[in-house]
Amino acid sequence: MTTKTVNTKARTRARNADKIATVIIVALALSIVLILLGLLGFILFRGLGHISWDFLTSKPQTIREGGGIGPPLFNSLYLLIMTMIITIPLGLGGGIYMSEYAKPGKITSFIRLVVEVLSSFPSIVIGLFGLLVFVNTFNMGFSLLAGALALTIFNLPLMVRITEQAFTAVPREQKEAGLALGLSKWKIITSIMLPVAIPSLVTGTILAAGRVFGEAAALLFTSGMTTPPLNFSDWNPLHPRSPLNPLRPAETLATHIWKVNSEGLAPDAIQVAAGASAVLVIMVLIFNLLARWFGRTLYRYMTASKRMN
Amino acid sequence: MEHSKVTPREAQRRRLPLEKHRLEDWIGRIYTSICVVFLIAVIVSIVYFVTSKGVATFAVNGVSLTEFFFGTHWAPDAAEPSFGALPAISGSFMVTLLAALLASPLSIAAALFMTEIVPTFGKRILQPAIELLSGIPSVVYGFIGLTLIVPFLRDNVGGQGIGVGAGALVLSIMILPTITSVAADALASLPRGLREASYALGATRWQTIYRVVLPTVLPALLTGIVLGMARAFGEALAVQMVIGNAPYIPTSLLESASTLTSVITLGMGNTAMGSIQNNALWSMALVLMLMTFVFILIIRLLERRNRI
Repeated sequence: MTTKTVNTKARTRARNADKIATVIIVALALSIVLILLGLLGFILFRGLGHISWDFLTSKPQTIREGGGIGPPLFNSLYLLIMTMIITIPLGLGGGIYMSEYAKPGKITSFIRLVVEVLSSFPSIVIGLFGLLVFVNTFNMGFSLLAGALALTIFNLPLMVRITEQAFTAVPREQKEAGLALGLSKWKIITSIMLPVAIPSLVTGTILAAGRVFGEAAALLFTSGMTTPPLNFSDWNPLHPRSPLNPLRPAETLATHIWKVNSEGLAPDAIQVAAGASAVLVIMVLIFNLLARWFGRTLYRYMTASKRMN
Repeated sequence: MEHSKVTPREAQRRRLPLEKHRLEDWIGRIYTSICVVFLIAVIVSIVYFVTSKGVATFAVNGVSLTEFFFGTHWAPDAAEPSFGALPAISGSFMVTLLAALLASPLSIAAALFMTEIVPTFGKRILQPAIELLSGIPSVVYGFIGLTLIVPFLRDNVGGQGIGVGAGALVLSIMILPTITSVAADALASLPRGLREASYALGATRWQTIYRVVLPTVLPALLTGIVLGMARAFGEALAVQMVIGNAPYIPTSLLESASTLTSVITLGMGNTAMGSIQNNALWSMALVLMLMTFVFILIIRLLERRNRI
């Protein structure tokens, strides 16, 4: 055998291996898309049939069938708003510190480690911490406020990271222009860098909101698994039966799904869980689309690229 | 010259903007520092409270460390209570490792698809898919596991469906996005010259991937896998819903088992604060927390290797 034929053989083998590997990689990658489509299709197919105006607004039932998800849905949205009101200022401050004030050194790398550790804590551990500190020690009981604080801890590291990335991505020249004008550092941050950073801040925040919306493990032992009877015509936050009262227990959509699945006694528990899951997934999809759309629109608006066209 | 004569009053007026700047700067500095101090206070208090509660089982209630970590009998409510957490600990490790084994090949293939095979088209299809998968809440994954995976296993493989296998399957889908996005980032940041040199030597695409690309990004791929495992280890509700919650060490994938998180989830509501049953659950939370530190340590070590 000459070396030429050996070479050809080796080359054919390499080519065949390449083809086989490519087919396998493509098949595996496409299977992920299929998994996603299958899961979404399954949830929507199982759940959409059960969603009606009545289902979205009526009260959950423990034993009888026909329970809805009105109060849990309201609780989820209200809790999300409360959480974001606490998280956004704290996260912005932390992120701005990390990107603008922190000097490289031991302290900064320690803070970075803190953010990393906090973001990888299991959410159930954060829930337990909330139970011990907010619910028991601060005597809040199972309440929306305790839940919002636990979710804040859960969400804060992500918010810090989003802010830091958004501010680090601001072009240096913009900052230098501000310095050349003799502006103070804080003025540069708030009036020059913030507007540039806003599109990615908004996108990141909405995605984080989607994560908060679906979180359940941190809430089981902080906001509780029950909702007291609510009077939806009483909007005074100080009244015990008002939906806005921050010190009342509240089950959210996500904890409701868990409760129905694990201890649901109603004969239609599976359908209720399917409907609620579909609502939850649709909300997350909306958050996702909203984040993309907002990010793009704000970017165009802030950078005035429309006027350029 | 006229303007060189400056009265003290005038000088003060001119200095005012500077004072204003100082004040502004202080506001910014103080505000951002408070936020960071809050962050540190939160982590310190979490570590302190979980540790002090978790250690109480051993220090106050006198449960021995050997019993907790190596005892196979978990019966906190029995007449003669026993606190062997080995079934839960081993259950956690089992589902985590299985999930990583299932998810890693899929994720790495997806990342290769996005960066090496069809970059533009692959990104446009897979990126949104990955983002959506990571956005689906864990209770929904649990629900899917309960209504889709469990019946499928029951009808096609045998057993009751619930168990370690179902838990690992659910977790593997949940950690797919984590591993894929880390792997894709690592692959995308690889210098182009590396690939081009390989192609210039006449290597095929697979030879390039297998001999050049994958060995170079191996630490980053491992980082992604460890991140995914950290997520799987701490995941509570989705696993709890499908694993069956039996306090035994399973002998097959189709047997019911329990994890640290599932035992905590089910037990915390039924025990009184400060009781030995409650403290034992806090010890499990302490194990979860310590494992988080271990995962972060591994990630840091891998990142250090990556930089060299």
